[in-house]
Amino acid sequence: MESEPNKFREDGLRSEEMIINLGPQHPSTHGVLRLEVLMDGEIIKEVVPHLGYLHRCFEKHAENLPYNQVIPFVDRLDYVASMNSEHVYAMGVERMLGMADQIPKRIEYIRVLVAELNRIASHFIAIGTYGMDIGAFTPFFWVMHDREHILRLLEWTCGARLLYNYIWIGGLYYDTPVGFEERCREFMNYIKPKLQELETVLIENEIFIQRTANVGVLPLDLAINYGVTGPMLRGSGLRFDLRKVDGYSVYPELDFTVPIGEGKKGTVGDCWDRTWVRMQEIHESVKIIEQCLEKLLKEHKRTKEFDPHALLPKKIRPQAQDFYVRGETPKGELGFFFRADGTSDIPFRCKARSCSFSNLSVLPEISRGVLVADLIATIGSVDMVMGEVDR
Amino acid sequence: MLQKPLNVYWKKKNSMLDFQQLVGIVKPIIGEAGTDEKSTPKAILVTAADLKKVCIELNQNPATYFDMLSCLTGIDNGTQANTMEVVYNLYSIPFNHHLMLKVTLPRENPEVDSVSDIWRTANWHERETAEMFGVKFNGHPDPRKLLLPADWEGHPLRKDYQHQEKYRDVIVKY
Repeated sequence: MESEPNKFREDGLRSEEMIINLGPQHPSTHGVLRLEVLMDGEIIKEVVPHLGYLHRCFEKHAENLPYNQVIPFVDRLDYVASMNSEHVYAMGVERMLGMADQIPKRIEYIRVLVAELNRIASHFIAIGTYGMDIGAFTPFFWVMHDREHILRLLEWTCGARLLYNYIWIGGLYYDTPVGFEERCREFMNYIKPKLQELETVLIENEIFIQRTANVGVLPLDLAINYGVTGPMLRGSGLRFDLRKVDGYSVYPELDFTVPIGEGKKGTVGDCWDRTWVRMQEIHESVKIIEQCLEKLLKEHKRTKEFDPHALLPKKIRPQAQDFYVRGETPKGELGFFFRADGTSDIPFRCKARSCSFSNLSVLPEISRGVLVADLIATIGSVDMVMGEVDR
Repeated sequence: MLQKPLNVYWKKKNSMLDFQQLVGIVKPIIGEAGTDEKSTPKAILVTAADLKKVCIELNQNPATYFDMLSCLTGIDNGTQANTMEVVYNLYSIPFNHHLMLKVTLPRENPEVDSVSDIWRTANWHERETAEMFGVKFNGHPDPRKLLLPADWEGHPLRKDYQHQEKYRDVIVKY
């Protein structure tokens, strides 16, 4: 028996049909995604994703580790936006312990600040690699260069560039380093004209529009039925953002809007709309960061007495319960389902509902009857991270 | 079974039903409903035979309109309890309702109806639950393994799982 057999068999095909294997090692599949593509001439008839090449048994590991030690594993789910995943996870455990409303404001603002910085970094990767997928090479270098500034900032807070383990249950690893807020503000001033430049060169580029407008159109009813969330769902025209809907952390105190796809260059829900929504979200994140910096420099200033470890629980033992928590990461709704048995410090069950997983599952639906080049454009616009799909 | 999306903003919270009203809606189908109010969101306990009917009702009823399946997962309660559970987290975008459904199954030959024709999210989630726990989803359109290799033995997230010694001449234990 083969370890990963194809769904379609060669001997069942008609003479004009053929099977093309795409991936798992191919730069345009963004990691180790393997697609089995059934073609009729040059037209795609069916796409079958084969997953599991990056399966690292997150859920089994989580059943053997105390709650606080799961956080480094949570980092490795969506490894380009670890802060956002950590934030959701820590929030979930804090709510289970009933201490979510005791967290000091300064800690919450720092959490939102680093999470939004990481959201910008994640969207930079999404937009940059997407441009490269369909032939625009320059913007990729620009965004990677600017992303490097963000990674340096985050490295300054906790010592790691990608997998931070910075947001802890009940607090933070460290307070922000002295001078961090000022440097962040400098970076914000630097990045704003750069974003405009990126928009002009890539998003409004005629070649880019030709390649993405009216391609991979995802209707709203299909998106909801498939559990698609995040910029993909908003690209299809629903103003649905968990930062607004659930209003967790300090997001209700911050002023930002939720951009949606309007079909400016083609149909609502096409690849261009999704990329445009990501671009607008970067602008919104910049707004949020500036407000956080304002608060961190004035209202919730750094003091000598402030200790981000003050509230760390000595023993993390939630009462017996089932708990589902969700939050908005750059890719969509990240949820954690916990079952605590009330007698141990280890989750009895910890399931990660990952956004990339549900977003990717819609791919076969929106890539029927198109050319292979359009399939590549559609995969890029999904913006999945295989670490999160396979867990 | 695609539904017309109700194009409303999330602020429409005045028509929200509370948990008891939601229980009242499914009462004609499942009779005296068992509930678990300690869990978040609050849960209704459903038998495997009623599950499909309950899901269709919750999905189609214009007052509940659960148009999104957030999460579907299995839980193995271990050899002592000798039961297994499948947990459904439903969400209604227009009304902002949350609801959890829990189905308890025997540990030998667990079987439950597939809901992937109601919410297509369930398609991949059920495939994952099937391979990890050995739950059979009746009527699933594509019951292949998803994350594991097709020739992998056993169901890794069961509590008494013992991994095989060798997979394709590679020692599994690390």
